[in-house]
Amino acid sequence: MVDVILLTAKLAAVSTVLLLLLGTPLAWWLAHSRAWIKEGVAAVVALPLVLPPTVLGFYLLVAMAPDGPIQTVFGPLGLKPLAFTFSGLVVGSVVFSLPFVVNPIRNAFEAAGERPLEAAATLRAAPLDAFFTVALPLASPGLLTGAILGFAHTVGEFGVVLMIGGNIPGETKVLSMAILDYVETLQWAEAHALSALMLGFSFCVILTMTLIEKRLRRRLR
Amino acid sequence: MRFPKVAVLAAVSVLLTPGLARAGETLVAVAANYTAPVKEIAAAFERKTGDTVKFAFGSTGQLYTQITQGAPFEAFFAADDERPIQAEKDGFGVPGSTFTYAVGTLVLWSAKPGVVDAKGEVLKTGGFNKLAIANPKGAPYGTAAVETLKALGLYGALEAKLVQGNNISQAHQFVATGNAELGFVALSQVALDPSGSRWVVPRELYAPIYQDVVLLKTGAANPVASAFLAFQKSPEALAVLEKYGYGVRK
Repeated sequence: MVDVILLTAKLAAVSTVLLLLLGTPLAWWLAHSRAWIKEGVAAVVALPLVLPPTVLGFYLLVAMAPDGPIQTVFGPLGLKPLAFTFSGLVVGSVVFSLPFVVNPIRNAFEAAGERPLEAAATLRAAPLDAFFTVALPLASPGLLTGAILGFAHTVGEFGVVLMIGGNIPGETKVLSMAILDYVETLQWAEAHALSALMLGFSFCVILTMTLIEKRLRRRLR
Repeated sequence: MRFPKVAVLAAVSVLLTPGLARAGETLVAVAANYTAPVKEIAAAFERKTGDTVKFAFGSTGQLYTQITQGAPFEAFFAADDERPIQAEKDGFGVPGSTFTYAVGTLVLWSAKPGVVDAKGEVLKTGGFNKLAIANPKGAPYGTAAVETLKALGLYGALEAKLVQGNNISQAHQFVATGNAELGFVALSQVALDPSGSRWVVPRELYAPIYQDVVLLKTGAANPVASAFLAFQKSPEALAVLEKYGYGVRK
């Protein structure tokens, strides 16, 4: 049971780091761009909020097949097929959790507005410098919210994992799959233990997030 | 908007009296391997009686868990002979109603021609990426696949290549999409599909997959449920079973 929890934590941690690296620039672009396709891109990012995980999982499974588009493009560069691997789950989690990370960060960038950056520019800060010393600290509540939500959402992921994981111990058998195994074999005690853990974890995540956000907002004001 | 009270009452009373002067209906839970044949058998049954059969498909374990939690299924077509008996013991099944409706056949299958040879030697050479099986915890065909690998002395060597579908349908889907090059599936899933390559696993390599059906207490009062179960033994049904590669218990 411990190995399942560790694997789940590892998946969530790796996915969260990638989500922040990908999601922050994307959120910045969404907050500041005037391109006409902006809201279209935002809608694509938000799709996992409404799509059934089975739809996403089905597309990912087809896309990851040895003769699918991902392998066709990246296979010649040495990429191994992604289905049934930890890396495959990371890819799925990043897609699935993207809106949970991008949206809070975008909102934070938008709330900070252009003026602090204009002020930084008049003090001769280079744009990149201003981004790291002004924009990012101002958006820190959003970044934190995004990170926590992305992590928690990946921990709780089930449908996509079910579709592309293959339930391999130590590789793709994460918490939600282990719970399914226990429930389907009527091992209530084990199912209860893991489920209670998830319940407690989720509660703590939401509570912590609310408290941290409150404190940060107060400090920034 | 306001409706006249009479109209509302009339509408409600129509909604509350299902089946009034209509043909009967039954909802049965079916293990995934039996999906295609049971639909055909039900179509023949519906033509004959005018009654309707509705299905809930899943793995045997998943369906049984749902039954223990009050699912409204009236009969349970399992892929093993343990859970229907268990259902009788635990008070969900009608005592004495269990019988074997089919004997399952395990097959090693690849969506690509020429991958699986006629003797299953490909398992020994190991020249494939992944081997899909159904989850042995909830799906009897998964258990049979593991038994086969153990009987061949290959389980230890191939364990790292195993990927599990939640039920036999998902195992089949992993192979059909090409994500797994090989997989142990039910013969019924590929019996009518000449594509790919296959090895029908000899029956001495795994314990017989006796597939039992049980009438559930929820369906005890529904003549359609009992009639559909009895129909499984009709010549029409047996012809369908044979077509899909099932055996009959002797």
